Amino acid sequence: MDKTLLIFRHEFLHTIKRRGFIIMTLIVPLVALLAIGGFQLISGVAEPPVAGEVTIGYVDKSGGFEGYTQQGKVNLVRFDAQNDATEALVEGDIKEYFVIPPDYISTGVVSLYTLEKQLVAPEDVATAIRNFLLSNLLEGKVPAATVDRVEAPLNLVTTRLTETGDIAPEQGGFGTFIIPVVFGILLVFAIIFSSTYLLQGLVEEKENRLIEILLSSVSARQLLTGKVLGIGVAGLVQVGVWVISASLLLSLASSTFGGFISTIQLPANFLVLAVVYFILGYLLFAVLSAGIGAISSSSREGQQLIGIFTLPLLIPIWFMSLLMLFPNNPIWVVLTIFPVTAPVEVIIRLGVSEIPAWQLAASIAVLALSIIGALLLTSRVFRTYLLMYGKRPRFGEIIRSLRSG
Amino acid sequence: MLAAEVNHIFKSYADKAVVNDLSFSVARGEIFGLIGPNGAGKTTAIRMMMDIIKPDAGDVIILGEKLSEASKNKLGYLPEERGLYRKLTVIDSIIYLASLKGMDRHSAEEKANELLNQTGMLPHKRKKIEELSQGMGQIIQFIVTIIHDPELVILDEPFAGLDPVNTELLKGMFVDLRNQGKAVILSTHRMNEVEELCDRILMINNGRAVLYGNLIEIKSSYRSNSVILDFDGELGEVPGVTERRTHKGYVELVLDGNTTPQQVLERLVSTGIVINRFEVATPPLNEIFLKVVGKKHG
Repeated sequence: MDKTLLIFRHEFLHTIKRRGFIIMTLIVPLVALLAIGGFQLISGVAEPPVAGEVTIGYVDKSGGFEGYTQQGKVNLVRFDAQNDATEALVEGDIKEYFVIPPDYISTGVVSLYTLEKQLVAPEDVATAIRNFLLSNLLEGKVPAATVDRVEAPLNLVTTRLTETGDIAPEQGGFGTFIIPVVFGILLVFAIIFSSTYLLQGLVEEKENRLIEILLSSVSARQLLTGKVLGIGVAGLVQVGVWVISASLLLSLASSTFGGFISTIQLPANFLVLAVVYFILGYLLFAVLSAGIGAISSSSREGQQLIGIFTLPLLIPIWFMSLLMLFPNNPIWVVLTIFPVTAPVEVIIRLGVSEIPAWQLAASIAVLALSIIGALLLTSRVFRTYLLMYGKRPRFGEIIRSLRSG
Repeated sequence: MLAAEVNHIFKSYADKAVVNDLSFSVARGEIFGLIGPNGAGKTTAIRMMMDIIKPDAGDVIILGEKLSEASKNKLGYLPEERGLYRKLTVIDSIIYLASLKGMDRHSAEEKANELLNQTGMLPHKRKKIEELSQGMGQIIQFIVTIIHDPELVILDEPFAGLDPVNTELLKGMFVDLRNQGKAVILSTHRMNEVEELCDRILMINNGRAVLYGNLIEIKSSYRSNSVILDFDGELGEVPGVTERRTHKGYVELVLDGNTTPQQVLERLVSTGIVINRFEVATPPLNEIFLKVVGKKHG
């Protein structure tokens, strides 16, 4: 077997057997599954507040409110005096009652009396009272159909069209935003974890001098290629598990609870771009980690140094709320094309707005060029500093060896 | 064909010459000692032979060819400071590193079992490396070094940290390697081991060769003109002896320039004392080492 392949196989198996890797891979779908289960459990316990018929009373001091006493499941009973209504409330005959005062037409004030402690009147009761008042006020003045419309004048349905005037496959809104945001965060984890594994592995081999045995068996290029690809494919497996379980869980979730969840959709091209940006983002960070691993004398030092690069990776997440408010600001274009922020920015922007094709092309091209550039620089320091133990070379020395190569 | 040929190699770091015009060759079937003080450039020279680093100038011929990825499979290297994957088991470590030397899994496992058995490490086969003692870890490293049946074995300070039992075990295995026609390069500070094991040596200091050749010839060329004598009786004045040094259990007689040991022996016999031991003194390698290195330093 080719030696690069042997290193690849070793690193891949070694990574996927790590406890941290297994936990991280499984915890995402597990938490989602628990969330769905928990939601079902809670919605099962908390039944809708009005299950059957509810009777509420009213006292009409204004006059003219007699009809339409059946509003959905709420049955309205008229009392002549407020004392009778109070008595019926205390007896439990009615759930609550309201009083329409004589000056109702000019003030609109209606008083509700109840035994329950409540923040606001229950929605269904308030709606029933509102519709009861409306129907009586408008009776005979407008057609019945108009009354219905006055009760519910607006049912806004948005449809997004493409430039050719067809109905767009993606309809936007929060439903399309949520998955990219979650994935943006997961992508950060996946990239950081994978490149940290690479860094730790390399520094460990450097610390215990295994690197000498390895380099007396294989070339530095074979070692670097095998390690980067082995750990990268392991990371890809992780992202793959998340992507597939997200699609499965989404269909499970939307069939169980409908509503908002059923509007969650994966933006078109999302899966492809998630995988492409994981690969590119990982490669960039892997090459940087390898370079940093080579010049670091301990894994703690290496992690501090790689922090310089992982902080910008997080920038898109910090500014996510601004992105939602001002999706068309040119700063997002910069973050989309800047290589270190690109992977996460693109994924999050996918959920907010359309990303023009030229920006995606520019972003991928810049990222690919950065990887090649970083690889050239890393290969210059890799061999030299990998064998320099104990002390980290000074910054000036590194710059010198980058120049002289 | 020579096992290794090093021709005029140079290496400097930050303008400091670490290896400065070093040339030597190592034949098959010999144990070759690479000796010198700390920082002399031994490890750098070895790394260039192993193609871990490239020389600034000069070349290295291993087994008759320029070093290539393929010839790396014929080399075995035990670095000075060592370690293995701490979380990996003994057998998995050996098989992985052997596979990087071109062995297939099956034969690697078979050979690993054989060597583990030979070194008494078989019961620890499934243990993780971090559970082993330092000496045990070193034995495993040595197994990794020779498992792929290399033609040239380079050992950098192989005895450091080993107990006497394991030291003897390794010595026996080195001699076995030589007897199988392999070339063994032994880099060490421990002169008594060099004297015991090595056929030829290269002593380097400040990156340059200061002594190179057959160990016995070197020692005899550094022979001080003296003899060692253990006797019973009263030793009077012996003609030709300029100085008498008394050591524990023997005396060392320093001869003047015109007297040979043979003449001294004849004169001693004629005095009538009982001679238990008489030998021509050759200085221990340690002394030569100090003399040569001290001279260069001075």
